[in-house]
Amino acid sequence: MHRALWVRIGLVVVVLVLSIFYLYPPKQTINLGLDLQGGIHLVLGVEADKATAREIERTADDAKTALEKKGIAVRRVAREGNDAFVVELASPQSWNDAVTATSGPEYGAFARANEDQAAGRFRMVMLEREVNRLRDLAVRQGVETIRNRVDQFGVAEPTITRQGDDRILIQLPGVQDPDRAKALIGKTAHLEFKLLDDRTSVEDAQAGRLPETSELVFQRRVDKETKAERKIPSVVHKRALLTGAELNRAEVQADPNSPGNWQVSIEFDAKGTRIFGEVTEQNVGKQLAIILDGNLYSAPRINERIPGGRAVITGQFTVDEARDLAIVLRAGALPAPVAILEERTVGPSLGADSVRQGLIAIGASAILVFIFMLVYYRLSGLIADIGLVLNLVILLACMAAFGATLTLPGIAGIALTIGMAVDTNILIFERIREELRVGKTPRGAIESGFTRAFRTIIDTHVTVLVTAAILYNFGTGPVKGFAVSLFVGLAASLFTAVFFTRLLFDLVYMGRRKLAAISI
Amino acid sequence: MIELFRNTNWDFIGKRRWAYVVSAIVILLGIGSLIAKGGLKYDIDFAGGTLIQVRFAERPSIEAIRASLARIQLGESVIQEFGDPKEFIIRLPLTGLTSEDIGKRVQQALAADASLGKPEIRRVEFVGPQVGRELQLQALYAVLTGLVGILIYIAVRFDLKGSVAAIIAVFHDVLVSVGMLSLTNREFSLPVLAALLTIIGYSVNDTIVSYDRLRENRGKAGATRGQTFAQQMNTAVNQTLSRTVLTALTTFFATAILLFFGGKVLEDFAFALFVGVITGTYSTIYIAGALVVEWTEWVEGRLRKGKKAVAKA
Repeated sequence: MHRALWVRIGLVVVVLVLSIFYLYPPKQTINLGLDLQGGIHLVLGVEADKATAREIERTADDAKTALEKKGIAVRRVAREGNDAFVVELASPQSWNDAVTATSGPEYGAFARANEDQAAGRFRMVMLEREVNRLRDLAVRQGVETIRNRVDQFGVAEPTITRQGDDRILIQLPGVQDPDRAKALIGKTAHLEFKLLDDRTSVEDAQAGRLPETSELVFQRRVDKETKAERKIPSVVHKRALLTGAELNRAEVQADPNSPGNWQVSIEFDAKGTRIFGEVTEQNVGKQLAIILDGNLYSAPRINERIPGGRAVITGQFTVDEARDLAIVLRAGALPAPVAILEERTVGPSLGADSVRQGLIAIGASAILVFIFMLVYYRLSGLIADIGLVLNLVILLACMAAFGATLTLPGIAGIALTIGMAVDTNILIFERIREELRVGKTPRGAIESGFTRAFRTIIDTHVTVLVTAAILYNFGTGPVKGFAVSLFVGLAASLFTAVFFTRLLFDLVYMGRRKLAAISI
Repeated sequence: MIELFRNTNWDFIGKRRWAYVVSAIVILLGIGSLIAKGGLKYDIDFAGGTLIQVRFAERPSIEAIRASLARIQLGESVIQEFGDPKEFIIRLPLTGLTSEDIGKRVQQALAADASLGKPEIRRVEFVGPQVGRELQLQALYAVLTGLVGILIYIAVRFDLKGSVAAIIAVFHDVLVSVGMLSLTNREFSLPVLAALLTIIGYSVNDTIVSYDRLRENRGKAGATRGQTFAQQMNTAVNQTLSRTVLTALTTFFATAILLFFGGKVLEDFAFALFVGVITGTYSTIYIAGALVVEWTEWVEGRLRKGKKAVAKA
């Protein structure tokens, strides 16, 4: 036999062996998309403005304290928008002192604007560079925190990545309780300890008579029987004495005072323990409110100084709620709240149904196309069918090798590929028939059939590959899967329908000394 | 040897006016349906909203589901049976609520009516307003890029005339498919868009095959002697007819099986492909070549008039 022929056979064997190597065992090598194995797909929008707003508020508070410490009387220091705060002096005479006081390195990220010396009023605007840095940080920390929470929750192979400027893409395959997972991920978990304001009555506060340093918070009570929710109001001082940032540990415990309910015990780190000790020492007899994401959970009375840095959060939790709360407290707060922009949850039973129906569709279209080719083109059709099988093997192997994900539309893409991949053979075979009709010898007809159809084949492939590429670029999860299988399947058909079937033709027909007819 | 078409010489190009009428009727039907129904029915992918697929233990009545949902007042919900009498799709419009709240409320509402049995939530999709708007824009870009990409490719490989005619033919296919979607009350979703883009890429294939043949014939000495351009095009379409129909046939098999056996989730997607393959083949035979002929004849007519004018002067 020809040496070139051996090289071609060798190439096919190499491709086949490589494919099987990547593909085996298929259950582990092919990634199934969330729509096939069930799971949650979430796109979260990070409200990064809130992160800068919080930083502005902190700086404004510090600035007020610092000014007052220097004996500069201020009427108001307050946040304006998400990137500035305003300073209003009690008297314009202290202007120069105030300017000096707000020019230190701690205000390096701010610039003074809208200066009105006569009114004793100016704004401190955060530099755009700093705003962008904070926003970026909020998203990056958000990704980290959520990854931490998901890891502790226990999800196999989660995907948590940043998407664009301020979005986080989360994919959790195989999650059984999507509501719980969502609550765990989406909770800001901003834990604060604030003193109850016992001088202002709740009635006054609700009527709007509230000191500037106090605020109204609510405790949610859910009746376990009727599921009705009550909101109990309380008035607390705005200033947080301690936050979740100073937390070291959070564990689930049975609530000794309320059987069947659970609580979360927390332990502060060294700094937190010290502050907690001071706070409890200075405020014996007062109530310390424990506030999570703006909701009051409990407000135990301080009986004595608590030195060990331990506290308990109670709130009629079920064991799952307590466990999830402990997770979010350990993983830390999100630097900015998040909102669900897009959600796609597929239950495991639907995924399994989809796989079954998808396999039926692939099988049925393969069988139909097989029979058609065999009946219409006889032995040549069989050759095309063998090429088609190789095409499917290569297609799946490529998906396994690139770690591509097979989705439900992806399965449709495979079924479609079966129909389109044999098109290439049809183009070639029709050409061969035509060449035979005009009186060419079988050998010549095969030769020019393959050569002449080749350019057309390239043309037709380019157009579909272009659209598949656009789809890949544009699409989200499932549609991307479709684009991948279409693209890979068609690219593979260039190899199988042109190179591989040509090889089979050469082996079957060209080797013969006398070739009288082709079965086509 | 089985041959569906052997040395055919049907006068496709000569009957092109009839084809225009047929296409116009089909497209106008589709557009009429679109107008009557107030535009494309966007699925939540584009319109935003919530989709919930629920399976009940027993076959419930739609009225009972509707009544339970009415109690939670989440707006005008659309409830459809989905492939199985126990299975339903509930579509809710966008509200100010978060997806968590909506999911919880629907679950509670369905659980509250004991006659509905224990519902299993099999799928929840929520698309916020921001994402929906972005997807709409991206979809438009994707279709336009697809069309422009192919326009450029054919213009480079063949000529501008062929390229423009092919694009009009493809556009024709998209219009027909969209019209059929509207006529059959199907939603326009992301997978349907993927199907349309695939049609754009696929439908132009056969057109390229016949253009290629036209050029090959014109290149051969004597092959086209004495033939008008319309006759040459007709010959090319006839010579490639078996190819056009056979390649479409195998793809048609695949899409038909997807449509009938691929499951309810894929149905609209498969339907768009199914229609696209049929209209794609039709437009290759009747529209793409015919338009090149129209254009060429128009240009030749102008040239003749020009020459006459020159001769008179």
